[in-house]
Amino acid sequence: MRFFVWLRPVAFLLVLLIAWEIAVRMHPGLILPGPIAAFAGIFELMHHGLLLKYAVASLFRVTWGFVLACITAIPLGLALGWRRRGEIALSPLIELFRPISPLAWIPIAILWFGVGDLSAIFLIYVACFFPLLITAMSAVHNIPAVYINAGRNFGLSATAFVARVLYPAVMPQLLVGMRITLGVAWLVVVAAEMIAVNSGLGFLIVDARNAGNRYDLVLAGMIAIGVIGLLLDLAMRSLEQMKSFRWRSSEE
Amino acid sequence: MSEFKGPRTWEKFVWPIVAAALALAIWQYAVIWTGTKVFPSPMNVEKGFAELLHKHLLWADIEDSLRRVAIGYGVAALVGIPLGLCLGWFPSANQVVNPLLQLLRPISPIAWIPVAIIFFGIGDKPAIFLVFLGAVFPIVVACAGGVSNVPHIYRRAARNFGLSNLQLLRRVVFPAALPQILVGLRIALGIAWLVVVAGEMIAVDSGLGYLVIDSRNSGKRYDLVVAAMLMIGVIGLVLDLVFRRLETIKSVRWGFRNAA
Amino acid sequence: MALAQAVVAPIKNGYKLRAEQLGVVYTSDGKNLAAIEDINLEIKDGEFICIVGPSGCGKSTLLNVMGGFLSPTSGSVTIDGERVTGPDRRRILVFQERGVFPWLTVEGNIGFGLSNLSREERERRIAHYVQLVRLQGFEKAYPSDLSGGMRQRLQVARALAVDPDILFLDEPFGALDSITRVIMRGELLRIWQTERRTVVFVTHDIDEAVQLADRIIVLSSRPARIQQIVPIDIPHPRNISSPRYLELRDELLKQIGLAYEI
Repeated sequence: MRFFVWLRPVAFLLVLLIAWEIAVRMHPGLILPGPIAAFAGIFELMHHGLLLKYAVASLFRVTWGFVLACITAIPLGLALGWRRRGEIALSPLIELFRPISPLAWIPIAILWFGVGDLSAIFLIYVACFFPLLITAMSAVHNIPAVYINAGRNFGLSATAFVARVLYPAVMPQLLVGMRITLGVAWLVVVAAEMIAVNSGLGFLIVDARNAGNRYDLVLAGMIAIGVIGLLLDLAMRSLEQMKSFRWRSSEE
Repeated sequence: MSEFKGPRTWEKFVWPIVAAALALAIWQYAVIWTGTKVFPSPMNVEKGFAELLHKHLLWADIEDSLRRVAIGYGVAALVGIPLGLCLGWFPSANQVVNPLLQLLRPISPIAWIPVAIIFFGIGDKPAIFLVFLGAVFPIVVACAGGVSNVPHIYRRAARNFGLSNLQLLRRVVFPAALPQILVGLRIALGIAWLVVVAGEMIAVDSGLGYLVIDSRNSGKRYDLVVAAMLMIGVIGLVLDLVFRRLETIKSVRWGFRNAA
Repeated sequence: MALAQAVVAPIKNGYKLRAEQLGVVYTSDGKNLAAIEDINLEIKDGEFICIVGPSGCGKSTLLNVMGGFLSPTSGSVTIDGERVTGPDRRRILVFQERGVFPWLTVEGNIGFGLSNLSREERERRIAHYVQLVRLQGFEKAYPSDLSGGMRQRLQVARALAVDPDILFLDEPFGALDSITRVIMRGELLRIWQTERRTVVFVTHDIDEAVQLADRIIVLSSRPARIQQIVPIDIPHPRNISSPRYLELRDELLKQIGLAYEI
């Protein structure tokens, strides 16, 4: 019964929500609201147009930061993956900067860009740059030698080689890396907005708490963040499924 | 690759040093050329480092950050590994629980701070909770994936030899999944390190993350900011390298293609 | 139990393995696809049987059913009079590749099924089988250090160590280069003659079948039925240029419908 199989996770979630609501009702002094209040909060935000406005602000920053990182990190990563010496040279520096939380860049971001959109975009950029760089390098390493040799065998020029062998060969792994990095970007934008900016879903959470302990709105914000993040992930996954990128799975 | 001869051994040391020296030179030159009063030069940072060490501030902060990571990550592993193994072993359980995980995962641990403060107050505990949140998802996913990706052929061979379910899990499924589990644990540790720094910037008043924010807020000491950032990078790198060492142990090396 | 002794158990009707009216039907997308149909065969104890047929005809399916890994949709398989309902250590399946456990050494793999024995007994058996498959010196090596042929030998050693009645081999040399394949055939025969078991060997290679088998079961293409059972009456060691060998080989090629002039 296919329908019932799909019903099970939904039922599970409902059970958890009900348990949460009951737990909240049993502790009247608790500041944390229950799911009903949280969902009411979502409607309130939508009604005031705030949810859309803040979601768009967050998405705007993510898009810009992510795209800029893609444009810079991916070609660089592909080049480094190809030229081993370059990779050997820069690898220690990359490994040093990678574990630094993007948020640790906030003071520098504020110094260079002030408080606002540009700062947030810079943070997203930093957060996306290193994972994309590493993914691109790794993707080049993983190109089976047979493809490279075939490309050489057919006497392809450099540009033709990149377009007809390199690009299709790295695409599947790149897409997976991009999807994961987009997830990271979404996490970072929310955190960055909680600290350094005055709009967006992250700011919504901080503001709702500071200006009146509206924890129902805090939870509403968290739910919105979760849902949008999930949608972004699903959108990227559907991109991966497109036929021209799907050859990888048939290899395995 | 395009070079027929691979890079020789001496090159593995020379090129990074050259690149690092170049980077430092560019940095130094950029500071001088733009005449900035605020952004530190490499030498400012070095002095800042010395100052922090001298004042014994650095060690206490490092200790605090590492402690929070250790506890949060430890709990995440204790909870996440069994949970992940179960989800991988029972596909029906995975099907039920997975949507919830997918909904919770995109919510930055930082966004949980208000909720964490309600339950844990201010101080160490909310930071540990955040680390837990950050680490538990990659661990669960890696364990579940590792178990469900065990090739059928191993399970069939084990059943052929008459192994019971428990023996199958212990002697075949777990060793077969171990490489993937280790990768997940390593990634989770990296995330834990990122989260603890971020958490300390908001909700706590000690630790390396706090040092970064505080150095700026109390006196625009950007030399200390950068010093702290570099320290964060170094420790994160060391944690990662330690883990990679584990991946070279003989009984898991087979699962890592790039392990020489 | 002496290692070199084949298991002699009371055999009902004189046959080790018997398949009756065996059939397997797969359902996919609402359609029913018959993989094997109406298989009836009887295998004597200690026989070396080869199953040949075109690729994809269902040979592996048949093997899996006989080994107990797949339930037939019709008919049954009995071994020693007992109906086969699942995998069992008395009948071990050797796979084409990736069958050995990569996290265990050669010793670890061979000893895999021997955990219920005492330590001395286990070590003795492992040493014996390392010798038998000629992997001395590699006891502490991991499968990733071994060649393909060595890994297959390891699989055979692991299978034999638990003293099974029947050995099922699913195209075990298919992933090896042709020179190694020839060597491995000799090794398998040598091992089989040293420790006699019933062997059921699936292959798509006619020469391999004629060189190894006591009897060859030819399957038709899907849905697989027994097209012919060809007994090979040449004693071992077989001369692959002898007239009788070539005659039998031609016969088989004809059975499968292949011209023998290229």
